[in-house]
Amino acid sequence: MSSPVLWYATRATGLVALVLLTATTVLGVLTANRSATVRWPGFSVQDLHRRLSVTAMAFLACHILTSVLDSYVHIGWTAIVVPFASSYKRLWVGLGSVGIDLLLAVAVTSHLRHKIRAGTWRAVHWLAYLSWPVALSHAFGMGTDMRQGWVIALTVSCMAAVIGAALWRISLAARRKGHALALIPVQRRPRGVPVKHISAQP
Amino acid sequence: MPTATSIASATSATKTGAPDTDTDAHAPVVADRATLLGGWRAGRSADLRSHLAHHGPPPLPGPGDSSWPGRFVATIEASGLTGRGGASFPSSIKLRLAASARPRPTLVVNAMEGEPASAKDRILLSCVPHLVLDGAELAACVLGAERIVVCVVHDQRATFDNIVRAVTERAGTALAPVPVEVRCAPGRYVAGEESALVSWLNSGPGAPGWRPDKGVALKIGRGAALVHNAETLGHMALIARYGPMSFRDAGGADSPGTALVTVSGGVAHPGVYEIAMGTTLGDVIAMARPTEAVMAVLTGGFGGGWVSDAALGTPYTPRALGAVGGAVGPGVLVVLPRRACGIAETARLARYMAGESAGQCGPCVFGLPALAQDLERLAAGSPDPGALARLGAHIAAVDGRGACRHPDGVARMVRSALSVFSDDVAAHTAGRPCAAVHGPSVLPPTIWAHGEPTP
Amino acid sequence: MNAVIKVNPIACTAYGYCAELLPELVTLDEWGYPVVDGSPVPAHLLDLARRAARECPRRAFVLARAPER
Repeated sequence: MSSPVLWYATRATGLVALVLLTATTVLGVLTANRSATVRWPGFSVQDLHRRLSVTAMAFLACHILTSVLDSYVHIGWTAIVVPFASSYKRLWVGLGSVGIDLLLAVAVTSHLRHKIRAGTWRAVHWLAYLSWPVALSHAFGMGTDMRQGWVIALTVSCMAAVIGAALWRISLAARRKGHALALIPVQRRPRGVPVKHISAQP
Repeated sequence: MPTATSIASATSATKTGAPDTDTDAHAPVVADRATLLGGWRAGRSADLRSHLAHHGPPPLPGPGDSSWPGRFVATIEASGLTGRGGASFPSSIKLRLAASARPRPTLVVNAMEGEPASAKDRILLSCVPHLVLDGAELAACVLGAERIVVCVVHDQRATFDNIVRAVTERAGTALAPVPVEVRCAPGRYVAGEESALVSWLNSGPGAPGWRPDKGVALKIGRGAALVHNAETLGHMALIARYGPMSFRDAGGADSPGTALVTVSGGVAHPGVYEIAMGTTLGDVIAMARPTEAVMAVLTGGFGGGWVSDAALGTPYTPRALGAVGGAVGPGVLVVLPRRACGIAETARLARYMAGESAGQCGPCVFGLPALAQDLERLAAGSPDPGALARLGAHIAAVDGRGACRHPDGVARMVRSALSVFSDDVAAHTAGRPCAAVHGPSVLPPTIWAHGEPTP
Repeated sequence: MNAVIKVNPIACTAYGYCAELLPELVTLDEWGYPVVDGSPVPAHLLDLARRAARECPRRAFVLARAPER
């Protein structure tokens, strides 16, 4: 079927997924950097990171579904996971497929986190960073809304947030060099009240 | 400590057949035959013919003798043999626990000797390798092992050559019902720890594992791995031949038998000595002829404990030494002369041990260097009223908080230092360090790879 | 069920969630690693202890059956 609703839904869910994935990435970096305060303990930041990632995947699923179901342009089902298999805008849709493949790998390994080796989980999880340039190229390349000022502003803010988070992550990891990569000590006291003063909530 | 010279002279003695007075000048208190080094001391060489002439063949089981394993374990139990690798665990219990049927076990002979101040396993493999191999074959028959792996450190070329020669001599004969292979592992301090060694044999990183339940067997591939120290197996070979009472002839009721001890430090004759358990500490170090008045002795290795000169009458047994803050460990005694600074030596030990952490557990990775730094500051002697409190906090922070016993050993060693050298500690914290702080160390020079050399 | 807390020191990388969830039983040392004393977990904290074990990103925090005395 073809309907402008499907087309609007594709674009809208795509943008929402972008925002959610930005938030997920920033929260992930906060988790890895061991940032924690009394109001936002580490376990809750991790929990939020996980839940937002699931929500983001849900919106991505809608984004893909609506784009495939929309018969105005032809994107086959296989093109969802097989990159560059679509006849419509082969390159840009293909990049979207690459992004989905990467995020699927991250999702599956995270679901099976404790059944696989810690090093494997970690290596695949870092692929999430790789999915960013892929997804952003997909967004710019598909182009529909990219002429609108607010969309450009939104996308650029998301880019800035992710780049900033990634730089923060790298700088902290570099400062902790000299120990095994898996060993990340809590050298920074969290902002606000030190972690050990947290009292249990009844 | 001129460990290298002792080994070299011991090895050359093996080749020429002449006894080396440098390594042990003291007659053993038991019949030479039933001791580990007795035959070698009498001038016998290390080859198979000499070994069989001196001891006769090992009492390996005949085919289909199903009651033999039980009888052998009972013999070991009657002898009271405990492990000589450091833990002093009753060997019969270890054999019995391991003998319950498991698929394709491997017997690992641990001659890794991670302690820099220890040379006994090298001496054993060079001077009486066939005793160790006899013991390994006997233990392998008890366990139904399908192979024996002898592990030595890869840069000890002479030891490796000697043991390979011995293994080759026996290969294919009735003396080797279970095939033996020799492997060379990297020689870090913790590499000889059981789970670390098995991890390396499994092509892993050679770092200790977390074993909350020691009853669960280590594994190589699919089969169980059972690790015994080389000296323990040597004793098993003697007990199997001469009976449990020959072992009990020496030593006391709760700590029978002989043991190999490496004495070093401020002594004229450093080297490996075979002593009867229960000999007083003073008598043991007297064998090595201390060059001057003794201030303290480091017992049990770098992760053992200091014992003061006032306690030199302590019998050399795990219980008695433990009661005065020391340990038997893998049979290491480093004699500290009166002119040295105990705190400076303790600081050097702590810095070495910090560098030897496997780097897996936070409290060890961060706590041991913090402890070393506290001790270095204490040794330097700037007045610091909070030094002892900080030291105590760091000791508590590392003790028992790693996966293996490495930080525990350091905690014990430092605690004993604070007790034994309490007068010096008081002087140092008041800002009056001893002059000997900058003097030469009595510790083996191999540890300087990690620490800074003596200024 | 008598449970004790065990921390796998090799797996632990000082996330600190256990101390956040269970400050009555877990404190952090100066480097952020958990200090537990090995005594049995009181019944009213058992649920929190189970949650801490679930939330640990490295599964280093485990609840084990207390050894029979």
